[in-house]
Amino acid sequence: MARGNRKVSDWADASDLDSARLELLEGFLNRSEIADCTDFALDWLSDHLNVTHSICLARREGENVLAAIGAHGFPASSLTNFTVPTEDWRHPLIQILANRRHAFFASVTSAGAERRRRPTTPFQNDAFHAIPLRGSGGSEEALGLLLWEGARRIAPDVEWFAGVFALKLAQLLRRLTLSEGDRKQEYERSLLRAIVNAVTDPILLTDAEGRLLIANSRARALFVASEEESEGRRGAVGMNNMLLSSALSSKAIEETGAMRRELLLVNPVDGSDLLYELLSSVTEDSRYGTGIVSILRNVGDLRRATEQIEENYQKMRRAELQATAERDRLNLIIDSVADPIVVTDASGATSLMNDPAERLFAVRGGSPSVEQRRVQANDAHFSSFVSGMLLSDDQRRVGEVTLTDPQTGAAMPVEAIAGKMMTEHGELTAIVSILHDRREAMERAALYEQLKQASEELERKVHAATADIAQQNELLRRQAFELEQASALKSQFLANMSHEFRTPLNAILGYTSMLQQGVAGPIEGPVKRHLSRVASNGQHLLSIINEILDISRIEAGRMPLQVSKFKVPDLIGEVIAELESIIRRSKLEVSTDVPRDLKPIYSDRQKVKQILLNLLSNALKFTSQGSVKITARAQHAPRAIAISVTDTGIGIAPEDHGRIFEDFKQLDNSPTRAYGGTGLGLSICRRLADIIGGEISVKSQLGKGSTFTLTLMHNRP
Amino acid sequence: MKKKGKKPVVLLVDDYPDAREMYAEYLEFSGFEIVQAGNGVEAIERAHDSHPDVILMDLSLPVMDGWEATRRLKADDTTKDIPVLAVTGHALSGVSHDAKKAGCDGFITKPCLPEDLVAEIRKVLAGTRSAHTHAKAKA
Repeated sequence: MARGNRKVSDWADASDLDSARLELLEGFLNRSEIADCTDFALDWLSDHLNVTHSICLARREGENVLAAIGAHGFPASSLTNFTVPTEDWRHPLIQILANRRHAFFASVTSAGAERRRRPTTPFQNDAFHAIPLRGSGGSEEALGLLLWEGARRIAPDVEWFAGVFALKLAQLLRRLTLSEGDRKQEYERSLLRAIVNAVTDPILLTDAEGRLLIANSRARALFVASEEESEGRRGAVGMNNMLLSSALSSKAIEETGAMRRELLLVNPVDGSDLLYELLSSVTEDSRYGTGIVSILRNVGDLRRATEQIEENYQKMRRAELQATAERDRLNLIIDSVADPIVVTDASGATSLMNDPAERLFAVRGGSPSVEQRRVQANDAHFSSFVSGMLLSDDQRRVGEVTLTDPQTGAAMPVEAIAGKMMTEHGELTAIVSILHDRREAMERAALYEQLKQASEELERKVHAATADIAQQNELLRRQAFELEQASALKSQFLANMSHEFRTPLNAILGYTSMLQQGVAGPIEGPVKRHLSRVASNGQHLLSIINEILDISRIEAGRMPLQVSKFKVPDLIGEVIAELESIIRRSKLEVSTDVPRDLKPIYSDRQKVKQILLNLLSNALKFTSQGSVKITARAQHAPRAIAISVTDTGIGIAPEDHGRIFEDFKQLDNSPTRAYGGTGLGLSICRRLADIIGGEISVKSQLGKGSTFTLTLMHNRP
Repeated sequence: MKKKGKKPVVLLVDDYPDAREMYAEYLEFSGFEIVQAGNGVEAIERAHDSHPDVILMDLSLPVMDGWEATRRLKADDTTKDIPVLAVTGHALSGVSHDAKKAGCDGFITKPCLPEDLVAEIRKVLAGTRSAHTHAKAKA
């Protein structure tokens, strides 16, 4: 511009001018605020170029208006409302702004009126200049306007000032715009950072070499460690960086678009493994080169979560299966219970019943109407029981309900046991009732009663029988006593009888003997023969009486053993001597074969003698001709003496050998038997032998004779 | 034998007259003098007033039995030396033992033939005084 190149001549001193300009430029250098800078500039204008009133207009940010950013010589209030809309193209000031040309508005009162329209300004009617402030030479719109009060003629220094100030202003405005954009960016960046940090996955931006440019807090925890942190942590971080770098290898970078891979890192906190899924995408920027944005997703957590979910699901399945099984089992149990079970809810409605209960209470389609009526009646009975339970405070109730067997119609008394099921808050959830058919129990009770009666009957009978037996026993005891007494009486009687028999017999035998001896005068012929018959029969009777007496004495135990030492030959001599008269009459040859050196024996002498007397008299009685021989022999082992009486008489058949020792046995039982005697002789001998511990045996041949042998044991040890 | 040449006196004690008289008749026939008594009390009286040489004492007697009478006679100095022969139909064992305890000098079981009785009396009077003499009636 021609005018701009004009020399400053107004200055009195070039050096003053230079120093003033220098002052302005220095002032500009030190000022970065627009308002401050503008005030300083307008003050300088006033101080050095005598421009007392000036205003600086600029586009206000965000508004399409031109407003004052600084003024000199005006009160602040006069500037506040001074704005010019930039869209008002007709406005002289806006036109100046667009034309970028300097303009002069003469005062209203001046001569030579201007055709130019005069805007309303704080200069009011005074003349003023308006010069656009242009930043850089180009085509850019002017930044604002500088208005100042002055004469038509414009001082070149003012033009210079406007140029310098415009440059400064442009610079400041650019900086302002720039810094505002920066702030906005910064704000947005901080928002982004907060967002990025809020993301729980580690997010990071690396350059082509793998250097970390941006990382959110999660990522920093993995990949950044300061010098103060522990060795282990730093090691882990270093490891992680290596792992990440290798994962983001050049090959990976070359690939376009997002890339997924698994990345195993180390948890710097505890050294545990962390498995991530790495999502990386390449960002191209012409200015900053290639970067890689990586997002790490903790698939370890994810996997754990998945596993957890899977596990929970399995657990749930198991629990469900278990619950199902439990329920099935419970149903099975309930159904297997033979007693009817009914579960009633709090409203009194039946919620569950087992099969036996259904038979009683559930109406079944197709069943006869009579059954259905019975079932309904049962239901009514049971419901009244349950409602009674519902109304009461009892936790448990046992009652009797009389139902009807639906099939048979028979009365069915049941014992109902009901219990309430409460929640932990004491809220009634259900009533469980178990019904027990009492018919069986009653039948059993009836049976038991019958059994008891039968048992009591039996007991009575047993008592009666026992009493009978006791009575019988008593009777038997009495009989035994009586028998004993009778036996004693019998023995006594026999003893007495024998005495009573013998007393008259004594007289008979005595007188007979006296008659025979001729005490009452001589007798002869048949009388003598008859007397001899009387005597012999009397003797026979006496012997019978004696034998009966002996038997009764033995049976009464009145023949005790009386052991003494005696010589057998002497005893045999005595026996023969006592039977001398009979022997003489028998005309039999009686001999003895007894060794004189036989040792004395210990035995019951009297009994041995009686036995031998019996044996010898028998031999004489049953032998009509021949001989009778008495033999004695010593025996060893055991020590004994055997005394035998051998005859040549009638003998005994072998089959009769056992019988001859029985009581009252003579082999000829005919009434007209040939031989006298009671038949008690051998029986007495055997009994006496038993008493003394001896033995009697017989050897005999019918018609040839017999040998009776008495074996005597030594009774003293 | 207190008096030589005189008949020996026999006191016959028996409550059964047939037996007593039978023995008395036979003993007189056999040369004895007979004094009779029907019970124990009489027997003691007769023993005192007739001083017999031998007493034939039946044991079962009325008023006082033979055992008691024998005990009293043996307890009396005037009669204690007179031999007493017990004569009894009681054949049960123990009877002879009781008789000896009572003081009897001999024991004869009835029935006893008169001649056997005489033989026993002669044995006693002969002074043999066999306490164990038994008349045997067994045939």
